[in-house]
Amino acid sequence: MSDSQGAYFIPEPSRWPIVGTLALFVSFIGAAVMLNGSGFGTFIFGIGIAMVIYMFAGWFADVIGESLKGLYSDQVDVSFRWGMGWFILSEVMFFAAFFGALFYARVLSVPWLGGEGAGGIATHEFLWPSFEASWPLDVMPDPANFMVFEEVIPAFGLPAVNTLLLLSSGVTVTFAHWALKKDNRSGLCCWLFATVLLGFTFVACQAYEYYEAYHHMGLTLRSGIYGSTFFMLTGFHGFHVIMGATMLLVILIRSMKGHFSEKHHFAFEGVAWYWHFVDVVWLGLFIFVYWL
Amino acid sequence: MSEAVSHEDHHDDHDHKPTGIKRWLFSTNHKDIGTMYLVFALIMFFVGGAMAMVIRAELFQPGLQYVDPQFFNSMTTVHALVMIFGALMPAGVGLANWMIPMMIGAPDMAMPRMNNMSFWILPFAATLLIATFFMEGGAPAGGWTMYPPLVLQTGDAFPFLIFAVHFLGISSIMGAINIIATVFNMRAPGMTFMKLPLFVWTWIITAFLLIASMPVLAGAVTMLLTDKFFGTAFFNAAGGGDPVLFQHVFWFFGHPEVYILVLPSFGIISQIIPTFARKPLFGYESMVYATASIAFLSFFVWAHHMFTVGMPLTGELFFMYATMSIAVPTGVKIFNWTATMWKGSMTFETPMLFAIGVLFMFSIGGFSGLMMGITPVDFQYHDTYFIVAHFHYVIVPGIIYGVIGGVYFWLPKWTGNMYDEKLGKLHFWISTISVNVLFFPQHFLGLAGMPRRIPDYNIQFAEWNMISSIGGFVFGLSQLILVWVVIKCVRGGEKATDQVWEGAQGLEWTLSSPPPFHSFTVPPQVTDASAHS
Amino acid sequence: MFVKKLRNFIRGASIPALLLWAGSAFAEYGLNLTRGVTPISREVYDLHMIILYVVTVIGIAVFGVMIWSIFHHRKSKGAVAAQFHHSTAAEITWTIIPIIILVVLAIPATKTLIKMEETGDAEITLKVTGYQWKWKYDYLEDDISFFSSLDERSNSIRKGESEESPEDYENYLLEVDNPVVLPINTKVRILTTAADVIHAWWVPALGWKRDAIPGFINDNWTYIEEPGIYRGQCAELCGRDHGFMPIVLNAVTKEEYEAWKIEMKNKPAEIDGEKLYATHCSACHQSNGQGLPPAFPALAGSPIATGPLAEHLDIVLKGKAGTAMLAYGPQLSNEELAAIITYERNAWGNDTGDEITADDVQAAR
Ligand code: HEA
Ligand code: HEA
Ligand code: HEC
Ligand code: CUA
Ligand SMILES: [Cu+2]
Repeated sequence: MSDSQGAYFIPEPSRWPIVGTLALFVSFIGAAVMLNGSGFGTFIFGIGIAMVIYMFAGWFADVIGESLKGLYSDQVDVSFRWGMGWFILSEVMFFAAFFGALFYARVLSVPWLGGEGAGGIATHEFLWPSFEASWPLDVMPDPANFMVFEEVIPAFGLPAVNTLLLLSSGVTVTFAHWALKKDNRSGLCCWLFATVLLGFTFVACQAYEYYEAYHHMGLTLRSGIYGSTFFMLTGFHGFHVIMGATMLLVILIRSMKGHFSEKHHFAFEGVAWYWHFVDVVWLGLFIFVYWL
Repeated sequence: MSEAVSHEDHHDDHDHKPTGIKRWLFSTNHKDIGTMYLVFALIMFFVGGAMAMVIRAELFQPGLQYVDPQFFNSMTTVHALVMIFGALMPAGVGLANWMIPMMIGAPDMAMPRMNNMSFWILPFAATLLIATFFMEGGAPAGGWTMYPPLVLQTGDAFPFLIFAVHFLGISSIMGAINIIATVFNMRAPGMTFMKLPLFVWTWIITAFLLIASMPVLAGAVTMLLTDKFFGTAFFNAAGGGDPVLFQHVFWFFGHPEVYILVLPSFGIISQIIPTFARKPLFGYESMVYATASIAFLSFFVWAHHMFTVGMPLTGELFFMYATMSIAVPTGVKIFNWTATMWKGSMTFETPMLFAIGVLFMFSIGGFSGLMMGITPVDFQYHDTYFIVAHFHYVIVPGIIYGVIGGVYFWLPKWTGNMYDEKLGKLHFWISTISVNVLFFPQHFLGLAGMPRRIPDYNIQFAEWNMISSIGGFVFGLSQLILVWVVIKCVRGGEKATDQVWEGAQGLEWTLSSPPPFHSFTVPPQVTDASAHS
Repeated sequence: MFVKKLRNFIRGASIPALLLWAGSAFAEYGLNLTRGVTPISREVYDLHMIILYVVTVIGIAVFGVMIWSIFHHRKSKGAVAAQFHHSTAAEITWTIIPIIILVVLAIPATKTLIKMEETGDAEITLKVTGYQWKWKYDYLEDDISFFSSLDERSNSIRKGESEESPEDYENYLLEVDNPVVLPINTKVRILTTAADVIHAWWVPALGWKRDAIPGFINDNWTYIEEPGIYRGQCAELCGRDHGFMPIVLNAVTKEEYEAWKIEMKNKPAEIDGEKLYATHCSACHQSNGQGLPPAFPALAGSPIATGPLAEHLDIVLKGKAGTAMLAYGPQLSNEELAAIITYERNAWGNDTGDEITADDVQAAR
């Protein structure tokens, strides 16, 4: 019973935004209290995350319901597209901050500490005379507070497999899209299923890689700037893969329920865009973190 | 709460607007949300202003009188964060919410529910931030720039600071996405891009800046968080990182941020000046291009905030040239406004007075900005009160004035009542005299060698500090006039016509005053004559 | 006291502000940038004046047009609005002219900047290290090294422990216990770095400031031409007492400098626990040992300062990561640390009666 304004759809007042706000508020407080060293915070954080999940479920249920009722005009569809597109750009910029840190460390700070450049000479001579710059930076200028690691994960082992996994998942999701556009329901579901499977396999490989790094290589978040950039970049990427794969799973379930038409399936496309974005970020990671 | 949207009886029945607390908590209406944004911004302006008053009181005379140095640093830090993230950015988004749908002939924003969330995050994020005053170790005191390693010494407040910044960032990004989607997709038939009012143009560009820069800030503070709690070494030389890395990432956000603040104000005065000059805006197209170039260039000048960190020479030269070049498009804008006034038929109602105030005093701030862009001289200016004078000139009489001018300009449209012109003029004149008494002497202080962020100083700085503080108190008090004018106007007054101002042009002035709950239920047809202002 | 303030205030207020801003002649009032005592600082000053004049002229021109228009093109004077809204010629003009002005400004600025980076062939190298909240100076060629912190008189005034008020002391907050001494007419290379957080070393008379960044060294140079005492302050927010870490630079003739060096080298190292505590620890833990909880813990009656010696030695030697408590092991000698810790364990009612020796400290290192 929303009031459609002329051609445009304006939703009824909704409680999800404020629920979402409260959910984030509670999660942030919980996380902050937790980081300050109180176990009670973990509990609050748990409640917050539960609320976040509740909010997403409720909000998306509303949107899906409205979409199924055919309330969304083409114009609304375009709004969603702009929205998703710019959201992805903002994500790109978030990763840019961490890539920036990586390049800065590799091109500037580590060489300076090792004595390169006009400013680096004095820095090296007086502060870190025994430090030798290298990348991966396995021995830190002051190793005392950091984990010194023996080896790093080679690019052409598991990471290369992961690259294949993600790239092929980009292909399968496109096949799913083609199937959808031809209204080939079973093709859609199969290809989507394959995509989800590839996505979660990637996550599993990544988890194994972390396990190896922590337990056999001594490579952790505390391993100086190499460990910091490595884990923050791959970690945030991994988190995005989990999000993307979960969204794909939702789309898969909806597809099986018979949602989406050949013309109207923005939810599908939005998630597919997101998936491609995750893919592209991975390529950046593979090249700059693992390989070069 | 209902500052602007009252007088239910004026509305048509089909508005059937929700009632009670749910109207505000669950709102999907751009006007209600805009009103909440503006009220919130005003409250935060007073909160941040109260902190500024503590700063000015402590600096009134040499010696430590009222507050502990640590608390003083908290005051500066939180003053800046509250003013920037709590007062100015929400004020801009509030005006965008109110005006953009009306200006482009849309019923509402493109994503009303998300709009609601981007507002409601703000009070909660502000709570996270302000609650830090009651925590062990006190509120953050490392400056609004949060440079490590100092900021890592913050006590329990630290994760709250970081999460407040994340939270505010989420709000801004959602707001920006919404504005872009609205403008790109909800324009009335015939409303081409080159017919958009400049306020809308400046907001598209601002929204782009927000989307490109806020996530970078989020990344920067996330690295702070992991450095503190998870042993990463981003900003720690002992592990191969560099404290200066944070500054690069921060200012990559921070410099676009100042244009995020100022561009909407530019947009507002681009609406006001033609209206009261009764003459079309001079050089509409070049205004659009100049705004876009300012935004583009703003991504290449960040390191002018860190000339003294010891960058390689080439870096310093590059950032010096890039910084200087921003004066060119900004100059184009100033000249265009001047040309708009030239041979107009001007009257000087309060909004026009504030717009002219922007022209003069923003330029003064811009001039000192240009001086600081000259690297070798910035080695002297940096981190002195000269900088404080610079940015308060561009911010207070440059942006706050723009926003206040916009409020006076549109208040009759929002409420249906004219505001009290006499009080408005009084507000302008007291503010303008006092703001100069407040910030002009800070140039002298800076040049004479007074560093910023200090609670106490040598007697050689005493006179100007005292004068500045007096200006500050008067300026602060005079803002109460604004509140009084707004309240009075909401409660009643001479009825405003639909067009309100003789020279007003554009779609928003074709709606009734106050406008219907959903702005344009039937999209208007835009022609050359009804566009441009 | 109030009358004096009022008098100062009136004196300040009666200065016609605008006029003076542009005028260099009034430098003695502290309105304008210091001209400084080095060739670079004078170049910087000249650049500052050029830019100031340029923007003043532009300002007068632009504001003049605006004011003219405001007075002559007002409706109340019967002005009728023209309807022009575009002029390509005008727009090109006011894009090109600023570009030209900026290029002209950039040329001398670039030249000066390049000169400022030429740190080679210096005769003396001074390493400046910022600490919360004091400076350490190392004369690398001569093995002279000392700390320099806010002088006792300023310190007691700012803490309200003194009868005096800031007005009574000309150098309030701008005086230190041990000034840094440099010879004139000598190229001095100045390296800046920091031990804890970022500071910035700034003496306006030298014409520049430079950040002191932990873990990195910045390279600068200066060439002072006039003897004198030049004062400056830390210019980067570095925590609670950022406003209280001044710099005093004593520029002397070369002969005086040589004499000063000999004096410094022969100065017996003075080991007095209470004094050392006052220099190194009291900024945080306060001279009465009460600290400033919760940020800085009290040492009087603290479990560490009255408990097992090992822990006490450990925190002082190694510091505590993530807090303001630095590792003092690398900064101070065994003798000094022994004296400080002995003092801490016996002052303010801590009365443990412990007597720590340099060997104890060495053993704990
Ligand atoms: C809205 C805010 C805003 C705006 C618009 C600006 C605009 C500018 N700023 Fe400012 N700035 C800040 C907010 C802003 N700034 C803040 C908050 C800080 C401090 C942050 C902190 O450290 O806490 C700061 C600090 C800051 C610094 C760092 C100083 C230091 O810390 O050492 C510098 C250095 O280059 C600088 C430069 C400039 C320049 C060149 C412009 C230009 O955009 C100005 C352009 C305008 C004009 C030049 C005037 C009009 C032009 C004409 C009339 C044309 C003809 C003119 C000429 C050819 C000269 N700013
Ligand atoms: C958006 C930006 C914004 C705005 C609007 C302001 C507004 C003001 N600022 Fe702020 N300021 C900053 C952004 C801003 N500032 C930033 C970024 C910094 C740097 C922080 C840092 O170093 O980290 C800073 C730092 C800063 C300093 C330097 C502190 C230091 O370096 O130690 C000072 C000192 O004078 C100051 C003063 C003021 C004053 C007097 C106002 C006035 O305009 C405020 C006027 C408003 C009011 C006063 C509120 C309304 C009225 C009342 C509450 C009524 C009651 C009034 C009385 C009791 C008199 N500010
Ligand atoms: C810049 C501030 C600062 C200075 C200077 C400083 N300290 Fe501390 N000190 C701290 C802080 C902060 C702590 C608390 C660390 C923590 O969280 O455990 C501390 C803790 C201590 C403790 C442990 C107290 C307890 O009971 O927890 C001792 C002992 C101590 N400092 C001795 C010294 C000595 C000796 C010096 C001088 C040589 C000194 N400090 C200088 C900031 C400082
Ligand atoms: Cu050291 Cu400020
Ligand atoms: Cu800037």
